[in-house]
Amino acid sequence: MDPAVIQKCIHCGMCLPSCPTYQETKIERNSPRGRISLMRAIAEKRMDLTASFAHELYFCLGCLACQTACPVGVDYKTLFEASRQDIEKSKILNNPLRLLARTFLIKYLFLSSWRLRTFGRLLRIYQRMGLDRFFKSLPFLPAKLKDMLGQLPSIAPHFSYEIISTREIPINTPARWKVGLLTGCVQDLVFSKINRDTADVLLYNGCEVICPPEQGCCGSLHAHNGELETAERLAKKLLAAFPIEELDAIITNSAGCGSHLKHFSDLFPPGTFWRQKAEVWDKKVYDIHEWLIKIGFSPPQAFPCTSQSHTVITYHDACHLCHGQKIKNEPRAILRSLPCIQFIELEEADHCCGSAGIYNILQPEMAHKLLNKKVEKIKKTNASVVCTANPGCLLFIEKGLKKHHLNIQTIHPISLLAQYYRMKERDGGSIEKKEANLAGLIH
Amino acid sequence: MIDHFPESSLLISKEDLIPYSFDATATFYHAPLAVLFPSSIEDILWVLKWAKSNHACILPRGSGTSLSGAAVPQKNSIVLSMTKWNKILETDPDNLTLLVEPGITTQVVQEEAAKYSLFYPPDPGSYKISTIGGNVGHNSGGIRGLKYGVTRNYVLGMEVVLPNGQVVWLGNKCVKDSAGYSLKDLFIGSEGTLGIVTKVLLRLIPKPQERQVILASFPTLEAASEATSAIIKAALIPSALEFLDQKTIECIEAYSPAGFPKESQAVLLIESDGHPQAVRDEITRINQVLKQYGPLEIKIAEDPKQQEQLWSARKVAFSALARKAPTVLLEDVTVPRSSLVQMIRKIQQISKTYAVEIAVYAHMGDGNLHPVFLGDESNKDLMEKVFRAMKEIFLYAIKLGGTITGEHGVGLAKKEFLAYQYKSEEFQLLKSIKKILDPENLLNPGKIFD
Repeated sequence: MDPAVIQKCIHCGMCLPSCPTYQETKIERNSPRGRISLMRAIAEKRMDLTASFAHELYFCLGCLACQTACPVGVDYKTLFEASRQDIEKSKILNNPLRLLARTFLIKYLFLSSWRLRTFGRLLRIYQRMGLDRFFKSLPFLPAKLKDMLGQLPSIAPHFSYEIISTREIPINTPARWKVGLLTGCVQDLVFSKINRDTADVLLYNGCEVICPPEQGCCGSLHAHNGELETAERLAKKLLAAFPIEELDAIITNSAGCGSHLKHFSDLFPPGTFWRQKAEVWDKKVYDIHEWLIKIGFSPPQAFPCTSQSHTVITYHDACHLCHGQKIKNEPRAILRSLPCIQFIELEEADHCCGSAGIYNILQPEMAHKLLNKKVEKIKKTNASVVCTANPGCLLFIEKGLKKHHLNIQTIHPISLLAQYYRMKERDGGSIEKKEANLAGLIH
Repeated sequence: MIDHFPESSLLISKEDLIPYSFDATATFYHAPLAVLFPSSIEDILWVLKWAKSNHACILPRGSGTSLSGAAVPQKNSIVLSMTKWNKILETDPDNLTLLVEPGITTQVVQEEAAKYSLFYPPDPGSYKISTIGGNVGHNSGGIRGLKYGVTRNYVLGMEVVLPNGQVVWLGNKCVKDSAGYSLKDLFIGSEGTLGIVTKVLLRLIPKPQERQVILASFPTLEAASEATSAIIKAALIPSALEFLDQKTIECIEAYSPAGFPKESQAVLLIESDGHPQAVRDEITRINQVLKQYGPLEIKIAEDPKQQEQLWSARKVAFSALARKAPTVLLEDVTVPRSSLVQMIRKIQQISKTYAVEIAVYAHMGDGNLHPVFLGDESNKDLMEKVFRAMKEIFLYAIKLGGTITGEHGVGLAKKEFLAYQYKSEEFQLLKSIKKILDPENLLNPGKIFD
């Protein structure tokens, strides 16, 4: 690890109030400056890389709220990823079960879109047949396993490539930009609708959409979990899948991915072919909200609404959008542009919901503490819709709302925008829609 | 001791102790023997006894944001972490008081006061995380010292565990109290060397109705300093009168752009608060004074949001300056306000003489300067020069009738210079108080003086 990056931390403590784990435990090692002090101790050979240190780094959510709070500009993300890589290399946490789970998930399943989709198809059949309900009703299954089964998200009826063509052009307006669309991994399996919505919103705003059918995972999951070499392989795949030179922008609608996608060049040594390619790529990657604001998106046309029909909505900042990419105002500007909506700010909107990639599976206790806090704050807004721009947050918050028996919907801001565009189209418009009916989402 | 406390309240592993081996001061590191989160007064009494019979000592600690090394453990220190004692025990709007546990953060106290349209003025830069216990221990100030004073002016009483195991309550809710020596005042600013504060009774005041913020930029540091002295001389007491030099502005703007003019050599950030008419009047008169010292620009913040933005940015000044150098050392010499220009000139001159980069920001209205030395721990030569430059600044401040520390305390960082400030009989008096209260040197030894 680069000692210069570690030494930037002056342990002033400004990060402490932003750190979800420190706020829960009030123990210094569970704070950013505490973790950095341990990294420093290891780098200066005052301490070995121990299992206890490894557990600490996996207790960190990687939400990067500390990076926003840090006046010095310490690059916590790099320290965190490099430390997890050192931990994995040291094999100090290895046990058969962990090894099996990691090998299956990180090194097998998420490595190719074919495997992921096959897995998705099997899961879809299993869910359609009602087997999940059957298993959950078995009295002899341990509660923990049932809870895990309950956490499996519903697989969407179609994958992205089945509802988005490789190339789509706007019909009503001339194409002013040519953009690539990233479909992601979890997003592709569970939220292909959001991908379709993103394509529609782009088309509506004059963007020609290029969407290669074989994309796969971007590797953010791997980089986050100490598998930087695998992340590099996946990055190469994506770099090869898109005609980067031809594109004005490459669009992602998933916060966690975006935060990683914008830094592909960090994965390759300077001067190499892939590094050069990645540098061009990095400059072209935009989060969808960021892109829409940049090009001056068309707000949906106002239509008459009585005061009763105002839907109260609120917005949760996905960590890797607000802390990872510093995108806070753009999604809000889009949501505020929607007619017949009352936008209420969520208290502590930029505090992690606990989802944090696979953290909610690995550290369920802390994750649920944070989730409960989040649900309480959502309840306080009296909103009937919560928007957030990351698949992990969408799933986890939905789970939390259900657990508390709250009738509050979760939706990606772009899906809501797409819904509005389509509402207008119902009165005689003609934009291309392959999956038009998201009906009933907001009314 | 391991048998006496549950695993969750006593930390003893290396991974747990290293993160307690520092505060926010550069260059001081020492891991404690253990970290205890006491759950009751009995726990504190127990550990006091244990420390006494095992030649250990006790360091009461809040969030560890102190800037003088006061919260850095010494040999055989047991850190007594008060961060979980963070409850509000009683809000008494009838008497305008607030009774809190020491681990509560300054921000939560401010917010609680605001709920009743009341105001808790002390406002250190680390207010979001600093604890009231820590504020009491250091007699913390912040940006509003000029008009509203410092922590000492808002402490009415406290519960303290003495090193001999007695638990005493000092002070009360009365506005006036002449019953003997003001014992509570001994513990304010004592840096945890005299007792362990377990409850604090705070005084609140009515919330000012209106506030206005002026941002004035100047072509030289001297002009800004002269303007400050002139404002004080005109008997104008705004609620805050802050100074930032160009280096500081540059770093703050790099962290979070707040609209400070990057090209000017120095800016003054001035806040007036109170009755709307009084605020208008004060702002006009301050403007008149400022104009006599050749400002480049005078702006008034447009709305509360912009005011907040400027103050938030100002509060991160120290940490933001760490962008400039690997090791930053922050000092807080304070001088009579008529001597501000002399002090600022001297700092510039010392910076040149020793070839050490020094940024300056200041609670100018208080005469409280924060010269920030940009050093590098790995460069011994440079650090040597930094310490020589620092010493010269301390000595000059004392010569001007000032003090080596306005609000950070002495801790480890400044104890060498304390003897320069006091005559030997004064210094002995200071030490004799420690001896009376803590003859066995159980509490935070080696801080303030040896």
